[in-house]
Amino acid sequence: MKILVIEDEIELQNIIKTSLLKEQYTVEVASDYYAAQEKITIYDYDCILLDIMLPNGSGMNLLQELKKMNKSGSVIIISAKNSVSDKIKGLELGADDYLTKPFHIAELTARIKAVIRRNNLDGKNYIELGNIVLHTQDRTLTINGNLIHLNRKEFDILYYFLLNKNRLITKTALAEYVWGDHIDESDNFDFIYYQIKNLRKKLDNAEASIIVDTIYGIGYKLSEK
Amino acid sequence: MKLLNRSLLYLSVTFLVIIGIWSVIFYFNIKDEIRDSIDDGLDNNKLLILQKTKTDPSLFFQDEFSGNNFEIHPISKQKALVFRDLYKDTLMYRLNENDLEPVRILHSAFEHQDNYYHLKVISSLIEEDDLIEDSFWSIIWLFLILIASILIVNNIVLGKLWKPFYDILERLNTFRLDKDEASLMIPTKTKEFIQLQQASNALFRHSKKAYISQKQFTENASHELQTPIAIIINKLELLLESEYLNENDAKSIAKVISIAGRMKRLNNSLLLMAKIENKQFLDVKTVSINKITKEFLTHYKELTEYRQITVQFIETKQCSVNMNNALSEILISNLIKNAIFHNKQHSNITIKITKQEFIISNQGETNSLDSKLIFNRFEKDASKTNSTGLGLAICKTICNAYASDISYSFSENQHSFKINFKNITSRD
Repeated sequence: MKILVIEDEIELQNIIKTSLLKEQYTVEVASDYYAAQEKITIYDYDCILLDIMLPNGSGMNLLQELKKMNKSGSVIIISAKNSVSDKIKGLELGADDYLTKPFHIAELTARIKAVIRRNNLDGKNYIELGNIVLHTQDRTLTINGNLIHLNRKEFDILYYFLLNKNRLITKTALAEYVWGDHIDESDNFDFIYYQIKNLRKKLDNAEASIIVDTIYGIGYKLSEK
Repeated sequence: MKLLNRSLLYLSVTFLVIIGIWSVIFYFNIKDEIRDSIDDGLDNNKLLILQKTKTDPSLFFQDEFSGNNFEIHPISKQKALVFRDLYKDTLMYRLNENDLEPVRILHSAFEHQDNYYHLKVISSLIEEDDLIEDSFWSIIWLFLILIASILIVNNIVLGKLWKPFYDILERLNTFRLDKDEASLMIPTKTKEFIQLQQASNALFRHSKKAYISQKQFTENASHELQTPIAIIINKLELLLESEYLNENDAKSIAKVISIAGRMKRLNNSLLLMAKIENKQFLDVKTVSINKITKEFLTHYKELTEYRQITVQFIETKQCSVNMNNALSEILISNLIKNAIFHNKQHSNITIKITKQEFIISNQGETNSLDSKLIFNRFEKDASKTNSTGLGLAICKTICNAYASDISYSFSENQHSFKINFKNITSRD
């Protein structure tokens, strides 16, 4: 899987690159309009992370060029502008997702995997890991072929964990994923803890081959047993 | 009060005073003039009678008026010598009117063949009460006619003269910063109106410039702050994944991440409020408050279950309002979240929706909160340090933007927030 990161802020570019390398992706970077233009013309990528405000030009123009060239890769816009009109414009121009800065790394990883999965789906709308299968379309979980009932939040949490397999997810990132952006009460963490306790119990009872570990009390990590 | 009516009011008061004073002066002048000429007449009569007495001694027996306009009585010499002509007003009985009427009387004395006589000559006088009444009514009529003609002149002529002014006013009234409006072009040759138009146009330009630069600042501030915050959070998240961390370091880093997260939310919330106040959420459509409420109640279902909160949802009518969809969602979700997080465990939240109102009540602290401070920015529960304290301020800002009233009340241990949407209720 090849990913191109178009981002003019070098620090952020490095962070994204480091994180994506951990996911075993091949990562290339571009820091301005012309470099990005050259790369997208010559190579094909499975996913392009595109910043809108770039030196020498706008990411929106790059998006238009991409679509003109009929390239098949997914595009995720990462922008500091949290503006509805930009979001709509980007999606209309053919971007697959729009992520507003600042975001959590877990969120970015989840979004990348989600769009790549969607584009390379071949009719496959489930995630399989060990003996568990999570059906994203009808929102169900089967372990060893047995249907396990999850409430909506448990499902969301497990899905997020699966997209961030073997990565640390902080409680903050998890709470924001589950509740959306504007939640800010710390009471959430107890709730998240409670949901994870239930999830673990369900996974254990069904003898799942995955485990959710608590890391230093600051976050969680899902891995295969 | 309209300008036309105001000038009319001033004019009427002025006219009333001027005409009032003038009529009083006029009345006394006329009265003096009439008396003067009557007195002249009396004097003339006196001379005629004196002349006649020289030839007609029968006149000396005329000792009562009875039809004539004079009477003569003999008097002593002493009295006659100190006598001076005296004009006086008096009343006399009149047969035809069956009433006492005012007359002018001249007392005089004269000598005839060493006898002295007292002569009284009378002349009927104008009836003062009639004069006053007549002149009062004519003055009232004069006044009314003046006012009526001013009214007509004002409305026709001045109305025409002031038309450019009202046109400019109309444009100023409907002027909106967020709309791309052309500058004023009202045709007029009046110097003051041309100046007014120029001043208004200059004001338009300045406001527009300030508005645009403020908008740009909002966007730039967003961009410039979001990226560094993103770098902080993401770098720390990567650091957390390092194998060489011990538990304490990891906990410190997690703490910093959560603080950076708070900074992010603060920044987002302040920018959101700035955008609302700058009217950057222009896209308005009809949204159902009932539907949004249900959506968010479902979204928070697991949370309310976890906190063992019972939600009572009462819908008496559909509440459809004209507002921006995103803002309506932020408004309702903020209030629901607020109720959930400040509610006691094992208690109730009541949401009531009527045609115009959204009311949400929860049980929380046993004391009432200060309804004046509660919607202020950064007004928050001291025990909840992780909260930005902007949730209710955002609600207030949204309500203000839509001329809707949000109020807080406390009774029987229930904290209630009520929004009245009457100004933006959809008519469909």
